[in-house]
Amino acid sequence: MAILVDRETRVIIQGITGREGRVRARLMKDYGTQVVAGVTPGRGGEEVYGIPVFDSVVEALETRGPAEISVIFVPATLVKEAALEALAAGLKMCVLIPDRVPIYDLLEILEVATAKGAICLGPNTLGMVSPGQALLGMIGGRAERAREWFQPGQVGVCSRSGGMTSAISYYLTKAGLGQSSIVHVGGDAVVGLGLPEIAQYFQEDPQTEVIALFGEIGTTQEERVASLIQQGKVTKPVVAYLGGKAAKAGTRFSHAGAIIEGGRGSYESKRDSLEKAGVRVVDSIFDFPRVVGELLTKKK
Amino acid sequence: MARLFEYQAKQILKEKGVKVPRGGVAHSPEEVRQIATHLNSPVVLKAQVWITGRAEKGGILFAQTPEEAEQSARQLFGRKIGRFIVEEILVEEKLDIAQEFFAGLIIDDAAKKPVLVFSSVGGTGIEEIAKKNPDKIIRHPIKISSGLKEYEVRNLLRRHSFRGKLLVKLASTLAKLYEIARQVEARSLEVNPLALTQKGELVAVDCHLAVDDYAVFRHPELSIEIAREFDRPPTLLEKIAFQVEKDDYRGTFYFLQMQEDFSPEEMIIGFQGAGGGGSMMSMDAVLAQGFKLANYCDTSGNPPASKVYRAARIILSQPFLKGYFASGSGVASQEQYHSARGLVKAFLEENLTIPAVIRLGGNYEKVAIQILQTYLTRIKGVVEGYGQADSAEFCAARLRELVQENNSQNHLVSPLVYPDLDRYTYRFATMTGEVLIDHQACENCRTKGCVKACLAEILQLDEAGRPVLKVSSEEARQGRCTECLACEIFCKFHEQDAIYIYLPIPGLAEYRQQIIAQQQAKAKEFE
Repeated sequence: MAILVDRETRVIIQGITGREGRVRARLMKDYGTQVVAGVTPGRGGEEVYGIPVFDSVVEALETRGPAEISVIFVPATLVKEAALEALAAGLKMCVLIPDRVPIYDLLEILEVATAKGAICLGPNTLGMVSPGQALLGMIGGRAERAREWFQPGQVGVCSRSGGMTSAISYYLTKAGLGQSSIVHVGGDAVVGLGLPEIAQYFQEDPQTEVIALFGEIGTTQEERVASLIQQGKVTKPVVAYLGGKAAKAGTRFSHAGAIIEGGRGSYESKRDSLEKAGVRVVDSIFDFPRVVGELLTKKK
Repeated sequence: MARLFEYQAKQILKEKGVKVPRGGVAHSPEEVRQIATHLNSPVVLKAQVWITGRAEKGGILFAQTPEEAEQSARQLFGRKIGRFIVEEILVEEKLDIAQEFFAGLIIDDAAKKPVLVFSSVGGTGIEEIAKKNPDKIIRHPIKISSGLKEYEVRNLLRRHSFRGKLLVKLASTLAKLYEIARQVEARSLEVNPLALTQKGELVAVDCHLAVDDYAVFRHPELSIEIAREFDRPPTLLEKIAFQVEKDDYRGTFYFLQMQEDFSPEEMIIGFQGAGGGGSMMSMDAVLAQGFKLANYCDTSGNPPASKVYRAARIILSQPFLKGYFASGSGVASQEQYHSARGLVKAFLEENLTIPAVIRLGGNYEKVAIQILQTYLTRIKGVVEGYGQADSAEFCAARLRELVQENNSQNHLVSPLVYPDLDRYTYRFATMTGEVLIDHQACENCRTKGCVKACLAEILQLDEAGRPVLKVSSEEARQGRCTECLACEIFCKFHEQDAIYIYLPIPGLAEYRQQIIAQQQAKAKEFE
């Protein structure tokens, strides 16, 4: 099963002829993702790593048949245009890879997506992978590395940090604990699918038995996960690590979302609400395999 | 969020037809007096500093006459409030206030929309209002495609018993505030208090406006110097670091100083993280070992070795560090040998004397660790490299041991020294620097290893067997030379030390001179 993407999902890549687009098209295709077309206005007729390139999303779909997801690799300032094009063409999900997407651009995209019943992952995301099936974005860097680091299994991984998404999954794999899907929700202050939304997808996914989560200071995502658990909307066990214990208020720590504003989004607030909801909060990334392992054994 | 000063924000409000008190900005007590004379009314002096609770910290003073205003200004200018030195004072007419409200716009990450926040009680912070009078707060999510209409606001306010002229004035002002926020792409806009005067006017008495960092480029009219969140003005070193980041789009280099004024006694270290989450986790790990951080830094997103080098030299421009800690997520997708080479060049040029623990887990970590081990044996500071298998917590504990073994000696900032650049007869420009080769020394070279070492494969041998560019110098400058530093490091250790890659950092040499003077004074104090 897995969530959001599997080996059947048909995917297009916008901005496929750019530096990043090319490299990641290869990564995705080598991993096994069904990449049916690429789009770069003005570059129709070319090919990138065997993938035909079209001038527009509509043309790509007319020629190559329907697709569900677009992975977007255009410069940050052009993301709005690209995403709106994909949504207008009827795609059901956009993965917004770039960093530094202006926040009002994102709000416009999300409003249109919601109206059309579509969803967005990102921005500022490494993407996601459903191990053994399909990969979206740039996670893992190279297909052989992604295959080595991520293995199919029962743990759903979601994280606000790209590097930590890979790290947690890698340490789980090394301990023999595979993953259902691995999702980097992106580091920005507002993201399309956040930790609470992903937790709900994992709840619905029969393959997922335990959820491993990396949160950090800033935003309300972790508090909303806690409230979903309190409301009984997420009942699968959750293990979490929280970054930014020592961060001071009012200063941003790399990720645009990692800032404590007006007393909201502090480490204490997040830890407290998650623990009250029964989440096991670990103090080291290296504790994930042990605690997740215990919870999986308990279930059996 | 790039924050504006109160007077800048008020200027924008005024242009859009939101009333603000009459007044002006002064840079000297004489100017304060002039403005007060011109206003011809009792005035309020407001220090332009970004801190909460400005009034309690003495940042706001009242004066009846221009003479009194000038005198008060003499006390206020140059005073330190929080981490700010007062350099600008906003002088405004003092208003007779009948009633205070709170009005703000924030971006709500749960609703994924701008939200209008209004409270019929103003004055204190909104958190406090929310605690004491939760029923007095209106929160209204705004549809970004249609904006905020005055009638919507009137409907909201009517439900909270506003009537008559006040209802109309409030609705008009709140709708304008949203328009302003949308136009300047504000992450937050807060007017507190929004005051109703005895004369019946609605006036924005204070205003806090922060613009989305990622949209600053679309707003040159706002003249924002550094598009980053700070709860204080940027330090000189942060400005130098920001320039490096601005001039080089490859990868991320984020730098901020956590503490500037520390003593040689403190357990303070230089910090270089990689990746937002990995950096934060690593920071937590070293703090748990009792260290303090001089700075926070994140070099990630596959930066070239040259950027990592510059980051390290900027970090090592801070005096009295007892150790150096570099650590990321542990499983980085980027190729880690770039970071390793950047650090090798920086540590060698610094002649590092303090221990460094470098956690380089990720793609090609073995090569990266080997680079550190091979090339850093000549310096006094012990440098250890670690990979995927070693946790940030373990590495932080290891740094603690090494610092103790080093008797907690301090890093002292030294002048930036470059080799004699005239010695190099062959040179070509790169994106951010210059590759210099001493072709005379190349005559003694047997291996010609620099050509093989070059990751971008842009070097070849000329008829005389000396390395020259294979591509045009223009191509090299535009990025074909990736500044991987491999040729220099190879040549330095295995051959004639004939290559030097010059990577200037504007402003750093002068900055170090200042720091060295302060450092000497402080070291004497502690002798």
